[in-house]
Amino acid sequence: MSADHDKVFKALAAPERRVLLDRLRANNGQTLGQLCQHLEMSRQAVTRHLKLLEEASLVATVWRGREKLHYLNPMPIHEIAERWIGKYERGRLRVLAELKEKLEEEDNG
Amino acid sequence: MAESEFVYVTYIRTTPEKLWRALIEPEFTRKFWVDTVQESEWKPGASWKLLAPDGRVADAGEVVEIDPPRKLVLTWQNHLFPEMTAEGFSRMTYQLEAEGLIVKLTLRHTMNKKDSKTINAVSHGWPHIMASLKSLLETGQSLEGTDRWPEGI
Repeated sequence: MSADHDKVFKALAAPERRVLLDRLRANNGQTLGQLCQHLEMSRQAVTRHLKLLEEASLVATVWRGREKLHYLNPMPIHEIAERWIGKYERGRLRVLAELKEKLEEEDNG
Repeated sequence: MAESEFVYVTYIRTTPEKLWRALIEPEFTRKFWVDTVQESEWKPGASWKLLAPDGRVADAGEVVEIDPPRKLVLTWQNHLFPEMTAEGFSRMTYQLEAEGLIVKLTLRHTMNKKDSKTINAVSHGWPHIMASLKSLLETGQSLEGTDRWPEGI
């Protein structure tokens, strides 16, 4: 039940589902209708993708009255990061990520 | 809908009663929640504080709603970082639902302010603390590094 990694990787394998996750990242807590806006996917396709994302725990849903709101759930990706990136690498990766960000900022500025 | 929201759902192999105790009682929180303890009478309207190991108030607020072992709603203001203190109160909800032999824990932390620094900060903190809580309840061991207060804060 918890963080079934196969389900998570399968759910992440489809670009359409990553688009849905990106949309939630930009604006968390959306209804199906809101998620469908400006997407070249049918409502049925979005429903199907959301179901797979929910089964993989990548998306969590909360009912507000009669509206079902969809949220990005960081749990599975955090567990994957913990398992394969691990506590020793984290400090070094963070320094590299910060350096990259800093350098890119300087490029843009 | 709140302007800034963090939602985390995890499934823990435990009972709602045990999970409730782990979320509240100091002997548990010290192990998975960076050595902090909470101070509250745990009834509606009571004050609530999260204390760092040196006794400083890290966060504080009030108990809004409490229904053990199902639901807890707190108001929550950070006291350690002035830019977060200035944002005022956020709202944190735990919801526990038994599903067979596991408990679904839903944590929502919200603030009626766009791009809230408080919500941004807790969004980075909660996943680690919740993963450690799950590990503690399922294996008896919390995750490394979550049993002590972070250096320099």
